[in-house]
Amino acid sequence: MSFLRDEKIRGILYQLITIVAFAMLALYIAHNTAQNIEARGIKTGFDFLNNSSGFDITESPIHYTTKSTHWDVYKVGLINTLIVSFFGIVLTSILGLIIGVARLSSNWIISRLAATYIETFRNIPVLLQILFWYNVVLAAMPSVRHSYSFFNSIFINQRGIFVPKPIFLDGSIYIAISIVVAIIIGWFIRIWAKKRLEETGKEFPLFLTNLALLIILPLITYYATGKPINFDYPVLKGFNFEGGKTYTPEFLALLFALTIYTATFIAEAIRSGIEAVNKGQKEAAQALGLSKMQALKLVILPQAIRVAIPPIISQYLNLIKNSSLAAAIGYPELVTVFAGTSLNVTGQALEIMAITMGTYLVISIIVSLVLNWFNHKMKIKER
Amino acid sequence: MAVYELKTAKKPPIKDSGIIFWIRKNLLSSPSNILMTILSLYILYIIIPPFVKWAFIDANFAGHTKADCTGDGACWVFIRVKLKMFIFGFYPESQLWRAKLTMALGALTVAFAIIDRVPKSVKIASILILPIVSFILLYGGVFGLEVVEPSKWGGLLLTLVIATVGIVLSFPIGIFLAMGRQSKLPIIKTLSVFYIEFIRGVPLITVLFMASIVLPLFFPEGVNFNKLARALIGITLFQAAYVAENIRGGFQAIPKGQYEAADALGLTYWQKMRLIILPQAIKVAIPNLVGTFISLFKDTSLVMIIGLFDLLSMVKLTASDRDWLGFDTEGYVFVALIYWVFNFAMSRYSKRLENKLNTNNRD
Repeated sequence: MSFLRDEKIRGILYQLITIVAFAMLALYIAHNTAQNIEARGIKTGFDFLNNSSGFDITESPIHYTTKSTHWDVYKVGLINTLIVSFFGIVLTSILGLIIGVARLSSNWIISRLAATYIETFRNIPVLLQILFWYNVVLAAMPSVRHSYSFFNSIFINQRGIFVPKPIFLDGSIYIAISIVVAIIIGWFIRIWAKKRLEETGKEFPLFLTNLALLIILPLITYYATGKPINFDYPVLKGFNFEGGKTYTPEFLALLFALTIYTATFIAEAIRSGIEAVNKGQKEAAQALGLSKMQALKLVILPQAIRVAIPPIISQYLNLIKNSSLAAAIGYPELVTVFAGTSLNVTGQALEIMAITMGTYLVISIIVSLVLNWFNHKMKIKER
Repeated sequence: MAVYELKTAKKPPIKDSGIIFWIRKNLLSSPSNILMTILSLYILYIIIPPFVKWAFIDANFAGHTKADCTGDGACWVFIRVKLKMFIFGFYPESQLWRAKLTMALGALTVAFAIIDRVPKSVKIASILILPIVSFILLYGGVFGLEVVEPSKWGGLLLTLVIATVGIVLSFPIGIFLAMGRQSKLPIIKTLSVFYIEFIRGVPLITVLFMASIVLPLFFPEGVNFNKLARALIGITLFQAAYVAENIRGGFQAIPKGQYEAADALGLTYWQKMRLIILPQAIKVAIPNLVGTFISLFKDTSLVMIIGLFDLLSMVKLTASDRDWLGFDTEGYVFVALIYWVFNFAMSRYSKRLENKLNTNNRD
């Protein structure tokens, strides 16, 4: 049996055993599953996607009635997942950046406040935070009749937040065009400013110029085309508000909790990114006579970002995955309506779980592709 | 000969030392800094006094019924009356000593593990024995102990059981997965990579749904897991992928020379792993592992969605008691505090370990 001592042969043997064991397990499971499905009279296949669902969904960004199919349920769930994830990522980035910078502030109180924020919310389960917002904070809002009102156009009550909804009339396409034009002009100014900087060494207030451009140009267009954007204001009629845009308590509780929870991790990533920059780099920037702002912009941030962005992107992915906790409060996203209600209605657990997990997997793969692309782009170019 | 007397150093001027200097430097160094200080004092002002008023000054501590809560503040009487529910769930009153003993043994094991002077053999033995003893104590059925069905376990007890089982079982699986991912054998490597990336790509809640709804379909009729066992399977399989990634990080931190030296000594693969690589890799991975365990501890709250009565679900359950309607706020604050204490302690411990293990690059 001396051939068993050969590492190569042993390797092949191990793999053979693994494959056989794996295949046997798969067969065993497939066999049992087939038998169980038959015994319980569960339907199989993906035909159910074309059947009408028979239940209603409270918030749907697309047209949806009880006659809509389970495929529509899937679409509504996915879009709602993406909506809450998008808002969550934007808000948590802003909040995380503020907290992260505050954490490094030379002001003792500010940095302690930020540290307390991070240590408090990071160590409490996000599901608890979601339930707290939903069952305690938002449930304590006043009734519809006694809504908090801001400028008579924004209302906050037990049923959520009601805000005016913009209605885009015919001319509003010009405003969109003007925004694009502003971005293109800004791009050219950037190229010109960089060239001038390299030739003469003179700096140009790029950020302020572009910001002004981006605000003023659309504003001029807005008035020039005769104010083509109208607002649909929420109005109290009977027992509820009508018109405008409504953000439900389910959506808000999920959004607030995810934002506040994820921001703690983003703040930590930003802090560790800035702290990871070698002290010598800051001193060298000082020695070169760069101002504090220049040192930050040209030396510290480019290096800090390289360290901070990968964990931030994986936090974005965590936020998307955590949005599935909406199942606990009933915000109609993918897990709640599709892996929850549709599954209960049809009983086709295998197919529905496969589609749901597959969807999250695709989202994860897209995010990690972005991450790899970023890492590749940001890699230190060594000579 | 002149005699030189040592003069005591003068104290620095008041401007450059002491509390006033500290305040000027840290809080009032520039106009924007002053503005920030005022802003943060204002934030503190709008948060702290109302909270203190609610939680302490206007709160009720004494009494036994809802009628004893007369103030506008928190009703801690509710927590006191329901404390047993929060900690032990529906564990039978007469057998409560078993649950208490289990928790005490758990605390002892943790103490052994973090006190440096305790010999390694005792640490490892206690960690290995704890799950067995705990199971016998909690479930019973032997030594004349009455059987207590897992459906009666609840509250903090259940949360701790899930977290402990998840940590202990996912650890060996995670090590094997990490070894598989590092392996030169293509099939084993592919399987490990697929498993790890699949699990890390989906939310825990979908894995729990799989475990609670789909898993029973995988086994022949008659094989039946209770709800707790299904949740434990789901959590362990989920956690193992994250542990594997931590261990892999440890593997990658080990210089290649260590592998080559082990090969040169003629060690077999398993000897090499057991004696040379794993002890170093795990040591490097410990701080990250603790981080993963903190996530697991928070994630145990998700079992509530598949119908187990863990610590978090106790809030809703106790607050829907007809005699105690509407005390969610107190419940959530109390439960949040428990989670916080556990997680904060773990993160502090991880920081301590990181400093202790970080011996090679001090700057």
